[in-house]
Amino acid sequence: MGQYILRRLILIPILLLGITAIDFAFINMAPGDPVTAMIDPAEMRLMTQADIARRRQALGLDQPVAVRYVIWLKEVVTGNLGHSYVKAQPVSRLMIDGIKNTILLMSLSLVFTTVVGVALGIISALKPYSWLDYTLTALSFSGVAMPSFFFALILIFIGALKLGWFPTSGLLTPGMPFSLSDRLSHMALPLIALSIGGTASLLRYTRSSMLEILQEEYITTARAKGLSKRAINVRHAFKNAALPIITILGLQIPNLFGGAVIIETIFSIPGIGSTMVEAMNNSDYPVMMGGILLSGITVLFSNLLADAAYALADPRIAMSGE
Amino acid sequence: MIEQRREISLIGPAQLQLRQAAPSAVETPLQRTWRRFRRHKPAIISLIFICIISLMGIFAPIVAPKDPLKTSLIDSLVPPNETYWLGTDPVGRDVWSRTVYAIRVSLSVGIVAMSISLIIALLLGTISGYYGGMVDMVVMRMTDIIMTIPSLVIIMAVVSVLGPSIYNVMAVIGILGWTGMARLLRAQILSVRERDFIKAARSIGVADWRIMLLHILPNAVAPVLVAATFGVAAAILTEAALSFLGFGVLPPTTSWATCSMPRAR
Repeated sequence: MGQYILRRLILIPILLLGITAIDFAFINMAPGDPVTAMIDPAEMRLMTQADIARRRQALGLDQPVAVRYVIWLKEVVTGNLGHSYVKAQPVSRLMIDGIKNTILLMSLSLVFTTVVGVALGIISALKPYSWLDYTLTALSFSGVAMPSFFFALILIFIGALKLGWFPTSGLLTPGMPFSLSDRLSHMALPLIALSIGGTASLLRYTRSSMLEILQEEYITTARAKGLSKRAINVRHAFKNAALPIITILGLQIPNLFGGAVIIETIFSIPGIGSTMVEAMNNSDYPVMMGGILLSGITVLFSNLLADAAYALADPRIAMSGE
Repeated sequence: MIEQRREISLIGPAQLQLRQAAPSAVETPLQRTWRRFRRHKPAIISLIFICIISLMGIFAPIVAPKDPLKTSLIDSLVPPNETYWLGTDPVGRDVWSRTVYAIRVSLSVGIVAMSISLIIALLLGTISGYYGGMVDMVVMRMTDIIMTIPSLVIIMAVVSVLGPSIYNVMAVIGILGWTGMARLLRAQILSVRERDFIKAARSIGVADWRIMLLHILPNAVAPVLVAATFGVAAAILTEAALSFLGFGVLPPTTSWATCSMPRAR
């Protein structure tokens, strides 16, 4: 078990290297010259080509891409992600401000997805082909088919504009001291909007996984032994049905991050996602690189967590890994 | 060949008729698939629906005679009526026309992106599963890398660098979307590879590419095609999200995403 996780941990930096190298190359293919972009046009009129070349050299931008990537990497290891072209702030500052909100939103959404998706999936599977099952199936299909931004707009329209129960955007009411209830009411709509797709697909997977397990012969045996329905469903059926569910949850984390980008933008939540959308609109490449690195780290570690949970739930995995 | 001809010359008219009837009794895999498909009601309903949508997209000028791009500020935000079947948007464009013309964009994004993914997945999945060993190791680690990156973020980064356009969106969604299918195909091929008929094919000296293409793939491709149909839907939704954030289809072109947005873009 320990060895299994250790091996996965070793793989993470290698994967990060791959991701950042590809992105670095891509971003360097972008049209436009950062050197001339950084110089004030009025000042540039007084400069010669040699001046610009000197400036380029001072910034290290005359080096080939591979060399620049290594330099960037060296700085990243020491914790320096560079400065934003647009905002007068270091990238690390922007990232630290953003990641707190993003992780809060993502982890709450993961909990919501797991609890609601699994619970509804089990209910669906225990009473298959009932009206309740059909209703949940219909709901989950519409949840999967609807783009999350559209669902978010509907939520804002109903929950914030028509009913007036929730605020439309942000994370706190301006001018008010921090309070839990205020934060929760701000988080409610984004949380539901972010979770709906994952919940719907998890419901489907849980349902089919449970249905399959309930057909197994050892369930019949347990019934014949006279075990209570509860004991069968929880201890015998769900425990085994949980394995594919954990895999699905792990695979959903990258999607969740993509969802967070959209939801943060719609609800104006200051997170990594909205920071990155802004940076991309402004061609703010250092911020983009920082965001990609950080989102990669977040996703890789949550995948590791899912794998560890999987290995814990199924002893066979850890065995085969050793 | 000669023997076959002799055989045919030996049989009488009655037998000949029997022979002709035989091919319809032994159905081809395609016929079998179609027969099974026909019996499945939801599948048929879905097929008809998709056909209708596609036809509407192809014959958009007939289905929606109004120009989807023509603005008319007098008619802005009109509720649905006889002239404007679905009403108009804030700058007075006909919503019905925009929706119908958007079929072309959204469906082609879904289908083209998925075709790119499918080709990559078929290629890498087959090679990885068939050869195994070092090749398998390299391809699968590459798949791991692409699988763990948050694709929407990368797509946005790439599109913001290359410039937003429908072709870039198709290409990038396609290039990042093959991982799940490749894994699925590899797993299928690993099990098919060990079957006896593959050993038989190998023992009579059939070339590798022929075994892969004609013997293994047809027996391993079914779950991948199922995944691909989901992929079309996922690609359309990804395009929707990208266009919503301003990284996808550029106005005034419409996709279903830009149709469902509250502001006129």
